[in-house]
Amino acid sequence: MTVAPLAVAARWRPRLATRSRSGRAFLLLCYAATAIGILSLVVLLADTAIKGAPQLSWEFLTSYPSRFAARSGVLAAAVGTLYLALIVIVVSFPLGIATAIYLEEYAKPGLLNRIVQTNIGNLAGVPSIIYGMLGLAVFVRALSLQRSLLAGGLTIAVLVLPIVIINAQEAIRAVPSSLRHASLALGATRWETVWHHVLPAALPGVLTGTILALSRAIGEAAPIILISSIAFIAFLPDGLLDSFTILPIQIFIWVSKPQEAFHAIAASAILVLLALLLTLNAIAIFVRDRSRRSAQW
Amino acid sequence: MAAPTKAVARGTRRTSGPARARQRRRRATERLIAGVLITATAVSVLTTIGIVLVLIFETVEFFRHISPWEFFTGTEWAPLISPRQYGVLPLISGTLLVAAIAIAIAMPLGLVIAIYLAEYARPRTRSIVKPFLEILAGVPTVVFGFFALTFVTPNLIQPLIPGTNVFNALSAGIVVGLMVLPMVATISEDALAAVPRALREAAHGLGATKLEVSLRVVVPAALSGIIASFILAMSRAVGETMAVAIAAGSTPVLTLDPTRSVQTMTGYIAQVSLGDTPQNSIEFKTIFAVGMTLFVMTLVLNIVSQMFVRRYRNVYQ
Repeated sequence: MTVAPLAVAARWRPRLATRSRSGRAFLLLCYAATAIGILSLVVLLADTAIKGAPQLSWEFLTSYPSRFAARSGVLAAAVGTLYLALIVIVVSFPLGIATAIYLEEYAKPGLLNRIVQTNIGNLAGVPSIIYGMLGLAVFVRALSLQRSLLAGGLTIAVLVLPIVIINAQEAIRAVPSSLRHASLALGATRWETVWHHVLPAALPGVLTGTILALSRAIGEAAPIILISSIAFIAFLPDGLLDSFTILPIQIFIWVSKPQEAFHAIAASAILVLLALLLTLNAIAIFVRDRSRRSAQW
Repeated sequence: MAAPTKAVARGTRRTSGPARARQRRRRATERLIAGVLITATAVSVLTTIGIVLVLIFETVEFFRHISPWEFFTGTEWAPLISPRQYGVLPLISGTLLVAAIAIAIAMPLGLVIAIYLAEYARPRTRSIVKPFLEILAGVPTVVFGFFALTFVTPNLIQPLIPGTNVFNALSAGIVVGLMVLPMVATISEDALAAVPRALREAAHGLGATKLEVSLRVVVPAALSGIIASFILAMSRAVGETMAVAIAAGSTPVLTLDPTRSVQTMTGYIAQVSLGDTPQNSIEFKTIFAVGMTLFVMTLVLNIVSQMFVRRYRNVYQ
């Protein structure tokens, strides 16, 4: 740098008042932005509660959908959602945790590992409706599962798999390597180390992540639009190969109707869905807090 | 865990019969488990291959009947009613319009919230604001669609802009913006928090105010992470289905007017899937061609955003 021009230095004023005023103005802007974010969530929840609460009743929870809004209920959709969640748990949790173990504990760092890792990251960013197309082509048609609960469950399981993997990987990575070294030094094999020491230590973290993935699975509707085409389901799924509907789809169908009465019961169904999600997340938070308290390193 | 055998403890090579059998069994178990784990890992690789193959296969089928030129340059989209038109541009413009509105909301709000949380907020305030963002991120997208159609349009947009269609790009864009807001705020905040403290201290030492430190030192230093969050939010907005299918409408028109009903790529796929279009018809195959276009768009956005993320990691870690 050359010598600073004296003229510039002489013209320089600290303008402290202006600068501190703009600082205060920016802080107000911060408050405003944060308030807008929080307020929109509050309004969304309050609006739904006001519209949906009057129709909530035992009848609503135990009735099937009907042509008449007043007689409709969410039984088929709620049970479908629970079954779907069960399939997702059974399929994607073991698969996801196994993949995470492989990537963190077994795979040697290298090109192949990097490709798999990048691939999982990219899968997490694929729009959910694309998974519906995969499900339609592979599960519904190629494996001829038809438009069944199993086809829908597998599709959603594949959709949340990257989320389960990424969360489980983070939990496993958080286990200190001294634990592994100690176990290996005592002559345990790699799997014995993982099974007896790494997994139990990582379990709370893995569980939290998987429960969060499950709540994503329960709220997801787009792929199921391609899988379950029957809009009007007035029965409970009888087995894995039966047709089904889920809460988000039921909500979508009711919202799409022009009548106000159906919008109102859509709000009630949203409340049921949110209650389900809230329960799941409460469990996740409970597990996370417990694990924090029992962590010993 | 099995206790070490005496032979192992003595350090001798020669092990007794049962011990050797156990060693063999352990080694076999080990190999078996490694195999199981590799198989599990293969599933996610197969998923990608499956998605790409399905989309390519069906799209090639589609392009046997409709020329790619017509598909990518046509300005009329009417594959279900004659005269049939297969120009995808109206769907792309609808998608980009909604995504642009969403970004216009999520970008400034998200960035200011991120700066507030990273630079200004006390830990107590942070611990209140963060859960709200997490809950907002966890609300199912179909709920945002309901909110757009039954609250945002009648209570916010129509009083301000009379004559707005019940289904309009603006309401869909607003709720998608709210939906991706937590993502922008969280990723940007992480990027801001990763800026070394020394940079802030140096700027303060030179007499800069807190605002100057935040906007002229910390934000530029975290810029690649912030840009990554914007691009990722854009990708989410482009791929969003339920809110858009409910609130944006199903009128594929080439327009920039946010008060009109439009149709997005995802909205079109949902519409056809819900209808009774025969699955082997060319009409049904359109959803795979549209899906392929959507997939490529989001993939490019995701890859670009990853490049930005990697850049800020390289600088400060």
